[in-house]
Amino acid sequence: MSRLGKGINWNRLVRSRAFWLGAALVVLITVFSVNSIRSMGGEMFSYLVIDFFSTGIFMATPLILTSIGAVFSERSGVVNIGLEGMMLIGAFFGVMVSYFTGSAWLGVLGGMIAGGLTAALHAYVCISHHANQTVSGVAINVFALALTGFLLKAVFHRAGQTDRVTKLANWIMPDFFRNIPIIGDVLGSNTPPVYIALLLVVAAQVVLFHTPLGLRIRACGEHPEAADTVGINVTGTRYFCVILSGVLAGLSGVTLSLGQLSLFKEAMTDGRGYIAIAAMIFGKWTPLGAFLASLFFGLATGFKFISQSWNMTSIPTDFLLMLPYILTMLALAGFVGRLTPPAASGLPYRRRGSV
Amino acid sequence: MSEIDATISPGQVILEMKGITKAFPGIVANSDVDFDLKKGEIHCLLGENGAGKSTLMKILYGLYKQDKGEVFYKGEPLVVNGPADTLRQGIGMVHQHFMLIKPLTVAENLVLGNEPTKYGFLIDKKKAKAELMEISTTFGLAIEPDAKIMDISVGMQQRVEILKALHRGAEVLILDEPTAVLTPQETKELFVIMRKLVHDGKSIIFISHKLKEVMEISDRVTVINHGRIIGSVKTSETSPSQLANMMVGREVELIVHKEPAKPGKEKFRAEGLVAENDRGLPALRGIDLSVRAGEILGVCGVDGNGQTELVQCITGMRRLSAGKVTLNGKDITNMPPKRCFEAGIVHVPEDRQKHGLVLDFTVAENMILQTYNKKPFSRGITLRWDEIKSYARRIISEFDVRTPDEDTKAGSLSGGNQQKAILARELSRTPELIVVAQPTRGLDVGAIEYIHKRLVSERDSGRAVLLVSLELDEIMSLSDRIAVIYEGRIMGTMDIEDATEETLGLMMAGSMPASHKGVM
Ligand SMILES: Nc1ncnc2c1ncn2[C@@H]1O[C@H](COP(=O)(O)OP(=O)(O)OP(=O)(O)O)[C@@H](O)[C@H]1O
Ligand SMILES: [Mg+2]
Repeated sequence: MSRLGKGINWNRLVRSRAFWLGAALVVLITVFSVNSIRSMGGEMFSYLVIDFFSTGIFMATPLILTSIGAVFSERSGVVNIGLEGMMLIGAFFGVMVSYFTGSAWLGVLGGMIAGGLTAALHAYVCISHHANQTVSGVAINVFALALTGFLLKAVFHRAGQTDRVTKLANWIMPDFFRNIPIIGDVLGSNTPPVYIALLLVVAAQVVLFHTPLGLRIRACGEHPEAADTVGINVTGTRYFCVILSGVLAGLSGVTLSLGQLSLFKEAMTDGRGYIAIAAMIFGKWTPLGAFLASLFFGLATGFKFISQSWNMTSIPTDFLLMLPYILTMLALAGFVGRLTPPAASGLPYRRRGSV
Repeated sequence: MSEIDATISPGQVILEMKGITKAFPGIVANSDVDFDLKKGEIHCLLGENGAGKSTLMKILYGLYKQDKGEVFYKGEPLVVNGPADTLRQGIGMVHQHFMLIKPLTVAENLVLGNEPTKYGFLIDKKKAKAELMEISTTFGLAIEPDAKIMDISVGMQQRVEILKALHRGAEVLILDEPTAVLTPQETKELFVIMRKLVHDGKSIIFISHKLKEVMEISDRVTVINHGRIIGSVKTSETSPSQLANMMVGREVELIVHKEPAKPGKEKFRAEGLVAENDRGLPALRGIDLSVRAGEILGVCGVDGNGQTELVQCITGMRRLSAGKVTLNGKDITNMPPKRCFEAGIVHVPEDRQKHGLVLDFTVAENMILQTYNKKPFSRGITLRWDEIKSYARRIISEFDVRTPDEDTKAGSLSGGNQQKAILARELSRTPELIVVAQPTRGLDVGAIEYIHKRLVSERDSGRAVLLVSLELDEIMSLSDRIAVIYEGRIMGTMDIEDATEETLGLMMAGSMPASHKGVM
């Protein structure tokens, strides 16, 4: 952990206001709900914990996938606000492919390719044509909403949502794993993207901080001219990272449509792409940090559901609904200690003098 | 590499540029330039600000593409599609603005683009460090491999740049104004390194505006002016004044002539200034200073002893945690920069790209950064571009800022001309106090002469001038009084007649010379 956690400054994290704020919120919630818990008894309590974490990780998975993609894109120097749209497109094409082929896994592939292609468009406009990255990203979000709405009618002849399609079957872990208390219960059987996301966190952290590719990606996002002078292909590296972020956003969208549901609903991403970007910032542009932040947001959302199903009425649901967004605002307002984005993120690179 | 290498012996031409022409919109930066470099020599490229030195070097390095002309390296035409190609063939460059990735470590910067791996995909950090240690001991350039670039001094950063080039097998090293940002001590160390490198068979192209350095280190000097080569001379057969003459095309006074100061009443006073630096460590620990009308107070010291913070506190860019600043008896402590400016303080900052200019604005826009809302530049809520432009044109020509026109982006001016543009803007006010930090950093001799004369004439017309400089020569030749700063305190203040290089040197190092005990 300590080697992997290199990108995160634990000291800073512990000293940061947001960390304590988050901790305080969790404590607050626990105290509020302690009455309901007390009346439950031991077994009920462990059900509650398991339910809490299973829901949390389930809700966090799309955020994890997208925010890790966002980390790669921004680390290479390209701001990708369009992730929300790429998720939506991924979600739709996943369902469409699954509808026509009857295979959920082909749907996953389709969703990832669709996300990747949308990202390639963003990359082409921003990297090759030096367009404003925020404008392009917002345009992609608007475009995605319109495109999926249109295709919904054109392909499924319905408004609002598609027909039900084959969804991803749960993966079931071997017995020894499922017998581990709590962890086994929480992670014993889940939709596949959950496991993919968890493996991805480790892989992304290793790639970004321990491989030549990762070093080059970071160089492109900090000082592209310097990267260029030592022979790094800045354009290629940025294309790779942006497309990767789109592929992951596509997978994230598919997680919503084929992993959690079995259909596509209009605008079903519901701002998760933006929350994922907040998670990336919250996590200080590291995969591990983005993972923890996503998990945190996921748990906050998850709490909303379990408080309903367990009849905990001491906290207004409206407040719980707001929680992830309040945290996002706090994260964006810079309460997470000093946030230093990659120095060249958002800036197109053009070799000077080659006018 | 080594086989071809054997055919070129010391003293033979290793690199040749023929008929290089390069034009930018509105300006021809290089016009039919011939330049050659011999193996084992230090060849200095000298020229006014904007003469085209950096452009020529960037063409050689592959960052810019020439419109016309050819480059031959070891007798073969050099074909490049980018800097990586040149680097691979043995030409390395240390840029005027460094090409280092600040959050990465020294070792990571060294191997970037060329990383040693283990298990086929992980960076072998041990090996990277070993490679760094090997190259640093071979060339005698000590360095801390695990330090992050942003935490080490400018001198050390430059060392990393040199190591980076050597690590990639550079035979030819281009150093673009390497000494502009170095302290005198660091410059000495650099020269030792350069001598060792040529001794080991490397060849160096060296750019500097400091004639003293050029005379000391180079074997040959080529002078370039307005993009054309004026001529080449052996250093042993020339003199600083001849070089200055070749460069500027007229006699240059290398010494400042000025009448003794006739100081009036006190204009500016700082008492007990205490402040922290960016990292929250104490930078000023109780500074007392005063400047009278009609005098130049020079603040000298080794870099990093609080000069930067002192200037920022006076000009409202940094908060004082204690102390008092007054101008003409009026309290201006911790006023925002705009109010300080309005109270009559003008400021030439040391970091011209960060604090002095908006690089993406035109020169004209930069000229009215503080006065855009004043008459005659604005009327009601609109700007009056005709007034702005004619004002800009006037001060551009008065200060000889070399730019195609006032609509050019400030960022595309040469380094020295960016500096001149700031000086032009600030000095064309009629201020009470002029605060100048490193005013001649990166300026050519002609421009320095002009700026120095100008500062003296501002003094003579009754302004108070606070000059902060790392150049002892500049301090000694301009100041009427000198204050030495050391670890955030003023070690002592003395009149120019009492100052010698030795006493100043001792005080800058923190020890009080016996003869000066109790001068305060
Ligand atoms: N990228 C660019 N775009 C437009 N003009 C440029 C560019 N780079 C340089 N120039 C212009 O070319 C001329 C030569 O600039 P260059 O940087 O080579 O000067 P220099 O000799 O290095 O000067 P200094 O001593 O001030 O660094 C200047 O007039 C400058 O304004
Ligand atoms: Mg230059």
